[in-house]
Amino acid sequence: MRKPALIAAGVAGLLLGGAAAGAADDAEPPLPKLHWSFDGPFGTFDRSAAQRGFQIYEEVCSRCHSLGLLHYGDLTGIGYSEDEVKAIASTKQVTDGPNDQGEMFQRPGRPADKFVAPFPNEQAARAALNGALPPDLSLIVKALDGGPNQVFGILTGYRDPPPGFKLGDGMYYNLHFAGHQIAMPPPLAGSDVTYADGTKPTLEQESQDVVTFLAWAAEPTMEERKYTGTKVLIFLVFMTGLLFGAKRKIWADVH
Amino acid sequence: MAAPPAQNKIVRWIDHRLPIFAFMQHELNEYPTPKNLSYWWNFGSLAGIMLVIMIVTGIFLAMDYTPHVDYAFDSVERIMRDVNYGWLMRYVHMNGASFFFIVVYIHLFRGLYYGSYKEPRELLWMLGVVILLLMMATAFMGYVLPWGQMSFWGATVITSLFSAIPVVGQSIVTWLWGGFAVDNPTLNRFYSLHYLLPFVIAAVVGLHLIALHQHGSNNPLGIDRKGPQDSIPFHPYYTVKDTFGLGVFLIVFVIVVFFMPNLLGDAQNYVRANPLQTPPEIVPEWYYLPFYAMLRSVPDILFIPAKLAGVIAMFSSIFILFFLPWIDSSKVRSAHFRPIYKWVFWLLVIDCFVLGYVGAHRPEGWYVIVGRVATLYYFLHFFLMWLIGKIERPLPLPTSISAAVTAKGGGRMAPAATRPMEKP
Repeated sequence: MRKPALIAAGVAGLLLGGAAAGAADDAEPPLPKLHWSFDGPFGTFDRSAAQRGFQIYEEVCSRCHSLGLLHYGDLTGIGYSEDEVKAIASTKQVTDGPNDQGEMFQRPGRPADKFVAPFPNEQAARAALNGALPPDLSLIVKALDGGPNQVFGILTGYRDPPPGFKLGDGMYYNLHFAGHQIAMPPPLAGSDVTYADGTKPTLEQESQDVVTFLAWAAEPTMEERKYTGTKVLIFLVFMTGLLFGAKRKIWADVH
Repeated sequence: MAAPPAQNKIVRWIDHRLPIFAFMQHELNEYPTPKNLSYWWNFGSLAGIMLVIMIVTGIFLAMDYTPHVDYAFDSVERIMRDVNYGWLMRYVHMNGASFFFIVVYIHLFRGLYYGSYKEPRELLWMLGVVILLLMMATAFMGYVLPWGQMSFWGATVITSLFSAIPVVGQSIVTWLWGGFAVDNPTLNRFYSLHYLLPFVIAAVVGLHLIALHQHGSNNPLGIDRKGPQDSIPFHPYYTVKDTFGLGVFLIVFVIVVFFMPNLLGDAQNYVRANPLQTPPEIVPEWYYLPFYAMLRSVPDILFIPAKLAGVIAMFSSIFILFFLPWIDSSKVRSAHFRPIYKWVFWLLVIDCFVLGYVGAHRPEGWYVIVGRVATLYYFLHFFLMWLIGKIERPLPLPTSISAAVTAKGGGRMAPAATRPMEKP
């Protein structure tokens, strides 16, 4: 059958047209293109990379960046056991209350708690950080046009500014940040952490790990989505095949 | 109505009091449909199914969504993360909007190519244009609800268009916003209207179908059905053909929903709305891009400032469609038999793609020039439509649908192809 193929091609063409129309056209340095464990229709999050990335977040990023959409309990999604999650949560101090006396109090964290933010509010963050506001990282991988590659690009893209580039006060030059000026000092340099599994903490390794963690944080349901999608697709292809046969049979005497 | 008496006693009892079975019999089993409809005719039923999908997923989303500027963004993310199959509802709804527009645009251009707007289907076509306008309003307000950066700034830009209206413009904008900026009252009313309008669309779709069933479908030859040899009953022929088409469509839809759900979206909308920070570029959803291009392309015209002229051009580009049945001066419906118009039709299709491409880019450099030419051509098209109808010599039309089909099908077709419903 030629016509259904034509329709499919038409729909696909429209899709591509729409997507191509959205592409950027500025002459920016090309983003590094990494192979991510979560790429492709069957990609999943590499659990050990994500756990190493969580370590980076804990020991480095979380000093300034919140991860407000996540609960400690969600960490089972990257392979931590319930007990490990309880242990991680209990190292945090969470403000709870009010108690019977009407006072707020501090208690150790529980898996149902949200990730504790480094600053109580925007003003506190700005006051502590020279006026800059570190964005929440929950969705950072989805919120940048370049996705995981761009987050990786920013983490590894600190350079000396090219001659003639006017850098603002307290700003850093970055190849892959919009406008090339970023208020965040280079967060990773390599050997920032000691990995429990013996992986060598180079800048690239650390960046790749934390991006894997953040990609998971941006969409913890991705694996379920792809897995469900595969099943739905198999069903649909089968059903459409049957419908095609039914259509041929019913129309046999009209053609 | 030669409805065969129903066998079932209960069915007969009900039908005697509320003739729903007779109605279905009449509108599905007896409803005569041209036997030569191509797969381009699948998109009407696909659009109807998309509407249902959008309403169903939307109702589920509404159960977990919070229409408040402080909670909207988080509530959407909660749906994505913590609500069972919330991610599925949300991605189906979000991509469903895009696919609804893809389907409706194809449906519209199919009508345009085969002259489905011509006598006696003028009102059918105009109701379609009403549906398109309602869809655009609904989709626009829906895009605001997640309260991301593009939601907020898109809403600000589009509602501000009304300030171009002389004298009362600014007051209208304040009235639309419910305040002096896009804020909580705006979000609340958009949510309310976003929930209402789909049901208005459903009602207009009902009228669209009544108008359709009055004279039946047009067909690729654009000639009227002359007798029973030209028709087949809608059921089972087109029910099965539409269902098969639905399967193919769903395969494409599902690939996007499950494997590239953010392909058609804007990354900026995963950033919480911030009224103090304008995003580097404010781009509407892809299905508005051609109109956005027109809005930004028009320069000052005489005493009309560019902004107002752009708004007028943008709205006229759709409102002109209402007059299409009277603009087109050709008596021949199908472009298949119109050697000149056929090419002009494809030029319009290309023009819309060019406008879409321009709409996605900053109005700088050659984009401005291309945008202006493409906008001008869009409106010129309707003049050409009138002109070509006057001067063109259409090809001879076949005497009947069955004659044309027999000639093309080369004898595979039985002469009496319209046996009534004896399908197993």
